[in-house]
Amino acid sequence: MLQIDSWKRVLIWSTLVVGIAFAAPNLFYGRVEGHNDAVKAIEAGADTSENREAASAWPSWLPSGLVNLGLDLRGGAHLLAEVQVSDVYAARMESLWPEVRDVLRDERATVGTIRLQDGPPDELRVRISEPGGMERAIELVRGLSTPVVSLTGQGTRDIEVFGDGSDLVVTLSEAERQAIDERTLQQTLEIVRRRIDEVGTREPTIQRQGGDRVLIQVPGLGSAQELKDLIGTTAQLTFQPVISRTGSANDNPGVGNEVVPSLDEEGVFYILEQAPVVTGEELVDARPDFDQNGRPAVSFRFNPSGGRKFGDYTAANIGSPFAIVLDNEVISAPVIQSHISGGSGIITGNFTVEESTNLAVLLRAGALPAGLDFLEERTIGPELGQDSIDAGKIATMVAFAAVLVFMVLSYGLFGVFANIALILNIGLMFGFLSSFGATLTLPGIAGIVLTVGMAVDANVLVFERIREELKTARGPARAIELGYEKALSAIVDANITTFITAVILYVMGAGPVRGFAVTLGVGILTSVFTAIFVTRLLIVMWFERRRPKTIEV
Amino acid sequence: MRLRLVPETTNWNFFGRPTLWLGISVVMIVMALVSFGVRGLNYGIDFQGGTTIRTESAQPVEVGAYRDALAALELGDVVISEVYDPNFGPEQNVAMVRIQAQEGAEAVRQSTIDSALTALQAVAPDLKFVSVESVGPKVSGELIQTAVIAVALAIGTVLIYIWLRFEWQFALGAVIALVHDVVLTIGIFSEVGIRFDLTIIAALLTIVGYSLNDTVVVFDRVRENLIKYKSKDLKEVLNLSINETLSRTFMTSFTTLIALIALFVLGGDVIRGFVFAMIWGVVVGTYSSIFVASIILLKLGVKRDWTTPPGQQGNQFGNIDA
Repeated sequence: MLQIDSWKRVLIWSTLVVGIAFAAPNLFYGRVEGHNDAVKAIEAGADTSENREAASAWPSWLPSGLVNLGLDLRGGAHLLAEVQVSDVYAARMESLWPEVRDVLRDERATVGTIRLQDGPPDELRVRISEPGGMERAIELVRGLSTPVVSLTGQGTRDIEVFGDGSDLVVTLSEAERQAIDERTLQQTLEIVRRRIDEVGTREPTIQRQGGDRVLIQVPGLGSAQELKDLIGTTAQLTFQPVISRTGSANDNPGVGNEVVPSLDEEGVFYILEQAPVVTGEELVDARPDFDQNGRPAVSFRFNPSGGRKFGDYTAANIGSPFAIVLDNEVISAPVIQSHISGGSGIITGNFTVEESTNLAVLLRAGALPAGLDFLEERTIGPELGQDSIDAGKIATMVAFAAVLVFMVLSYGLFGVFANIALILNIGLMFGFLSSFGATLTLPGIAGIVLTVGMAVDANVLVFERIREELKTARGPARAIELGYEKALSAIVDANITTFITAVILYVMGAGPVRGFAVTLGVGILTSVFTAIFVTRLLIVMWFERRRPKTIEV
Repeated sequence: MRLRLVPETTNWNFFGRPTLWLGISVVMIVMALVSFGVRGLNYGIDFQGGTTIRTESAQPVEVGAYRDALAALELGDVVISEVYDPNFGPEQNVAMVRIQAQEGAEAVRQSTIDSALTALQAVAPDLKFVSVESVGPKVSGELIQTAVIAVALAIGTVLIYIWLRFEWQFALGAVIALVHDVVLTIGIFSEVGIRFDLTIIAALLTIVGYSLNDTVVVFDRVRENLIKYKSKDLKEVLNLSINETLSRTFMTSFTTLIALIALFVLGGDVIRGFVFAMIWGVVVGTYSSIFVASIILLKLGVKRDWTTPPGQQGNQFGNIDA
């Protein structure tokens, strides 16, 4: 006969209560959002009365998770950037040159004179005048290599050295390249995250995608361009030795050198050594400051290794100019007056106070290790998002009402049971989505509407089955029982196949498509639950109370 | 009195003319393929690269004037179309501007967008850009690839699932019905010229899911009836199973269609193409689970004794409780 254990009933009801409790905050979206922001602000130290008031607008013992609104609903900016990892290979090779030069210079007797050759940016090519000394040279340069520290590259060295005629060629090993890619991506993510956090915007998404891509989504930003400006494409800080000054960009700087324009002097160019003495990566702090003449400047401090390099270089080059280069422009090129030990210094230039503050922020947040190429940009206006939400709401409600009416017309009282289950189903769905912090997108709303349509399927399968069983079975209780029993395999098979496509959509899809897959997948789970447990429980409870001799489905 | 979409008991003969139904499907598939081959699809920027801008202004959209304003910027191929939607207010005049991918740039330059805005504001001073989306050609190529892989993967996985749960004949029938639905949907997109973008792939995969859902319910009943009526002709079993599940098939398709039509009419123009694909998919999916999947199953034939559990084979007292 129709029986459901009490503990099962308790479990079903409590699942529903918990689900609805998690869904509830979404009914008071604005208020809960204000509460969440205020709580965050208070935790961060902004304990103002305004924040306290906003925080108390929603009781803290209730769940406060909300369904995130996707960019297509809230408006905002979306960028997909490709990290130019090969920039880092080139920088790595450049920084290797002074070391190679020094180690070979000591062996001039066997290798002869050495000259840097032009070549692809990711290899270092050195011509030696005594080809007989090649073997010794390779051995010496190999001595510069270090083991690669990574999961996959155990036991391999970071550089490969071989001879090519009278040229000695140094390249990065495959394992080192992979390690560099990994580091570069992580560093980029971290820096982008810090720069966006400085602006304090709500719920930004910063995700790695594939081997060398970063997806950035910031709700509420006016345009993708703003986001780009915020991230900054390079902001690379270096300190490089100055060879000479020139008035033309077309001068031949010589191998291993480069021509860099001056930031504030029109028509002035510097010829610099390509290999920097210290880079911004070794910077630990930067602050807006004033120089001895009271003009805005930025003071900075290096980490110990950067400080040592800086100290050694300034000690050895008193009286020569030294260029501070930001984003391929010389900010200033002061002459080294004395040995600067301790690793701190000051950047002067023709700054305004605002500029020096910005520069300090930029330096503090760290330089992006490599350039970014923007592959995809989307700006969605907030009005469009609001229009979409409104339209989606109306459509969902109309769809919902129509399905409810239709179910009652078709199945009478049983239709009412199915409808109660359907309403609970939507509640559960939102509860699920909020507790995961899933993102609701426009196609996601379509997913919900589709679920409303399809959610009745499991109930329909059961009800149709009960109808059939009523013709043959002994009594209504038996018919209901058989109806559930026999419909189960069709329900399971049918929903698993749809669930499989939802999973594939989630794995392969991106952005809004993923949002759709999430609502579809969650909708399948909750609708199966409500159809085979909740509706059944409702029917059983009704049956126990009324004990009808006949039923009409 | 209950509302019934189909009579309580039906005994329609769905397999009177299997060749006719298969023929209709084949003709439709050929038409879809020809249309796809000749007209191609109206790829959105997701798959083609380029920029789409959605403009909004209080003045009515003048496509010609917009075109002239943008022509001066030499942006290459520019397509301008006005967007109508019953939900728009009287002050809401919307147009979509599509600019082809620019030579040498992965994504569009801000200067291009700014100059386009200035040029269009010369025509309609209060015009604003409600959304700007730009996809570089590098990504769009990959998106097509991923989309094709996703659809293929979905079909492959469900093929395996059905094969495990049923027999290979069922799996083949279901998958042929599925491919049928996907091809016809692509065909209608090509014929009507609806913009084909990333969300349409989501719709296609949902159709895959829905169509299967439907097919599996029918097949589930077929399996059951094959056990129940051991001596009945396969054709009769199939016919009976479809008649028995017909009421459910119509109910579910109908509620889903109600919901989708509400979304189509009221959900706004942004997702209209997407919803259209799903509506079409529900209709075609319902048709194909009866007339394609089942007819394929009929043509392939099924061995009949595969579900009898070994322990229940008759003993000396016979199998009287069956």
